This record gives sequence, C-alpha cells and structure tokens, in this order.
Amino acid sequence: MPINVRIPTPLRKLTNEEELVQIDAKTISDAIAQLQSRFPGIQERLVDESGAVRRFVNVYVNEEDIRFLQNQETALKDGDEISIIPAIAGG
Amino acid sequence: MDKQTGFMKALKCRECGREYPLAATHVCEFDFGPLEVAYDYDRIKQSLTKKAIESRGKNMWRYRELLPIAGEPTVGCEVGFTPLIKADRLAKRLGIRELWIKNDTVNYPTLSFKDRVVSVALSRAKELGFTTVACASTGNLANSVAANAAAAGLKAYVFIPSDLEQGKILNSLVYGANVVGIKGHYDEVNRLCAEIAGKYGWAFVNVNMRPYYAEGSKSMGFEIIEQLGWKIPQHTVVPMASGSLLTKIQKSYQEFVKLGLVQQSRYSVHGAQATGCSPISVAQKAGLDFFKPVKPNTIAKSLAIGTPADGFYALKVMKETGGAADDVTDDEIRDGIKMLAECEGIFAETAGGVTVAVAKKLVATGKIPAMDSAVLCITGNGLKTLESVAGHVGQAREIRPSLREFESLLEAENKSTVTA
Repeated sequence: MPINVRIPTPLRKLTNEEELVQIDAKTISDAIAQLQSRFPGIQERLVDESGAVRRFVNVYVNEEDIRFLQNQETALKDGDEISIIPAIAGG
Repeated sequence: MDKQTGFMKALKCRECGREYPLAATHVCEFDFGPLEVAYDYDRIKQSLTKKAIESRGKNMWRYRELLPIAGEPTVGCEVGFTPLIKADRLAKRLGIRELWIKNDTVNYPTLSFKDRVVSVALSRAKELGFTTVACASTGNLANSVAANAAAAGLKAYVFIPSDLEQGKILNSLVYGANVVGIKGHYDEVNRLCAEIAGKYGWAFVNVNMRPYYAEGSKSMGFEIIEQLGWKIPQHTVVPMASGSLLTKIQKSYQEFVKLGLVQQSRYSVHGAQATGCSPISVAQKAGLDFFKPVKPNTIAKSLAIGTPADGFYALKVMKETGGAADDVTDDEIRDGIKMLAECEGIFAETAGGVTVAVAKKLVATGKIPAMDSAVLCITGNGLKTLESVAGHVGQAREIRPSLREFESLLEAENKSTVTA
C-alpha cells in the first residue's frame, strides 16, 4: 500500500489540482523529495533554504503533528497518510 | 466609498507582500504566510475623524472605515463599545497605581470578545455571497457564530473539542447551529477544519475568512483609546490563545496614531497564558522568537491552543513594545477569577482569570511598574465556565424558612469570624 499525501488548496496549482497524491517514501524528507520530483517547485514551498519545514507549514502523519514525532526524520510505513496544512488558521 | 471594496485595497501577504484579490482566502500561495487586509489610509483619514466617530452609534462600527467590509455592516450591528471600568479596588489588590478593565464579558450578543470578529466575518461573508458559515472554536467563537448566523439567516456549522464546558456547548446548540464535537483538542479541531474548508464552499470565519475576521479584534483597542479619553494605555494585558488578539491590539494603537487620532506615546502590550498551555509565554520568557507546540492541559479551555497561529507575531509585538508574557496555574486562574469578582463585581471566564493572575505577576515582578497605569482585556463571561469554579467558591448554606435558624447561622458565623 502506498502513502497518501493530502495537498492543500494553495499548492494544488502545482499538482494539476490533484488533492490526493500517492507516493512511496521512508521518511518525511524522502516524501518531500519525491513530491518535488513529480511536481517541480513544490519543495521550495514547503521547506526553507536550510531544508527545515517553513514556519507557516504544518505537516501531519496520521493526524499527528511531525513536531511531536521526529520532524522530517519521522519514519513512514505503507498506508500512512500525510497532511500538509497551512499553519495560519484558527484562534 | 468604493462600492466593491470599501476602504480596502487588497489582501497582502505579511511575509512577502504579494497581493491577492479581496476574496475568501487566507494564506499566500508562495510561502503560506498569512494574508492581511491592506487599507487606503489616505481616504480613511479624510473620513474617520474624532468628530465623525463621536457622532456615531455606541458600537464597534463607529470605526467602520478600519473594519474590512465593503458596504454597511449587516451582521452584529450592535456589537462592542463595552464598558471600560476604572478598577480601583483591584488596582489596590494587584499593587498598581491605576487599573482599568475592558469588560467584554458583557459584549453583545454572546458575552465574549468573539462577537467583534464574528460580526465582521459574517458581514463580509454575506458580501461575498456565502450562505453557510463555520468555525473551529474553543467555545466562545462557536457561540458567537451560532447566534449571529441565526440572526442573519445563515446556516452554521461549528466545530469544537467534545470535552468543552456544558455552558459553551448548550450556548451553541440553542441557536440551531450544527454543532460537531471532535474527540481531540483544539489543534486537532483546527487541522480538520483547515481540511474541510479546502473542500467545501463555506465561509470558515477563522480559516478562509481569517483576514477579515481577525481585524474585528482591533475594535477592542480602538474603544480602549477612545474610552481613556483618546490616550493609549501605558500597559495592556491581553490573554493569548492563537495570539491574534494581542497583535490586533497593537495594530489598533498603530492605526490610530497613523490617522492622527491619538498621540504617539510609549506603550507595552503584555501576553497572558495558562501554564498548562503556554507555548508563547515560555518562548517569550526564554527570549526566543519562535515557539514549540504543546499539548494543552488547563482549565482555561478557551485559551487551549497548543499550536498558536499568530505565535510568531505575538512574540514580535511583545518584543517591539517592551511587553512581557507570563503564565499561571489552574489555582492561580481561579484566584484571578475570584479577585476580579470580589473587587469589581465582574464574573469572568477562565481566560479572564488568566489575565488578572498574570497581571498580578507582572506587577509583582516589576515588569509592569507599580507607578504606571494598565488596562486588562477581559474577554469572556464566567457564566459559561461554571465548572471551573464549582467547588472552589464556597457553597450556599441551607436553612429552613425560620428566623431562629437564620439567627443561629449568623451567630455561628460571627463566632467563626472572631476566632479567625
């Protein structure tokens, strides 16, 4: 089973409006690299020059914020679901 | 006034400055930065004079030019202009020369500052043609969306953590809103709502309508300045959940200075959190400009946001204005609620307890000098969070309807007072 990635509205222009993308990756870093190879330009939207996830981007694996897991080193397994969500909401 | 956009010019990314049309959208496509309304201040300056303001109705729409709607308000026309109370008895308790309470526990119609942001968001949502509105909420926002949507004839979906106080749940249900309780804390509710908002064509007041919604909070700051006699308070203490209110208080002061409505003066904006959910306060005290998300555990459920959207900006505002943050335990929060009630006759919810208790700490540590003057922003009503004080404020003594029993009760009480 592959890994599903939910693409937020602001990034769908890069994914030809696809909201659910399937990849095969071992970690979050790996997943971002794979997204980049399929949808060029998406990586720089998600991570800054140093490679860290941008401060206004939240990434979740199976509903848990990766900052409570191992950040970009968080391991992935088949069937996992990644959500990329703009941090600016709520309150 | 332009019929299409009022005094607004565009939505603008706070990070990179890219501009977007005035639609229902909240983040920049390039860096995910928050979009903010840009105004035509030159035109506003010609229209929004002290004289004009003072001639208008006593509600938040007297500052209409600085609130982001195109036409006239259609939802929440009577919101705001809540009392600013000179709190001499509480000042004495906290050990400060002068203290004011901005009392949004009596805001109209749902007894919290959220009526301000909701009236803006729903007025704008109607302008943009929405018929269904929604929100992710820790309670007060849900109440306000439910009530104001009902009055405006809009359909409402409100999403809340399922373990909220009864008062806050019933207070949303009674208006006929669709109340969805999520098994999780607010940050999880919020994440789900961000996903729902991307999928359904609804006006989520604090997601896709957030640029308009958040601006409503400025009205609290405008009112404080006007009610103080057109002066900026030396110190303002603001409760922080997402940190949005704190940033908008500063913005309100800046805008009034920019428009020449008030003289520039030195002021500090301070932030208050509960220790059980204090990502912003912990970062501020450590001198950091970023925060670490936390999982909330506090009785101040209305402030229980572990991943505060405006955390970075709140830290920036405190740094720029020489403000400080602090946080208080559940017991200190209850003491704060009691102090405000006993000294000023105002029953605030837990967030109010947080604000009073943090103010006490800031005065005690000299971060607010005892010779200065401060305003506390009290944002919600205690009748909604009764559980938090039940069992901590004593209980009614029961007697039969007999004078003899009453007198022996008084006698027993006097004795115990004397021995105490």
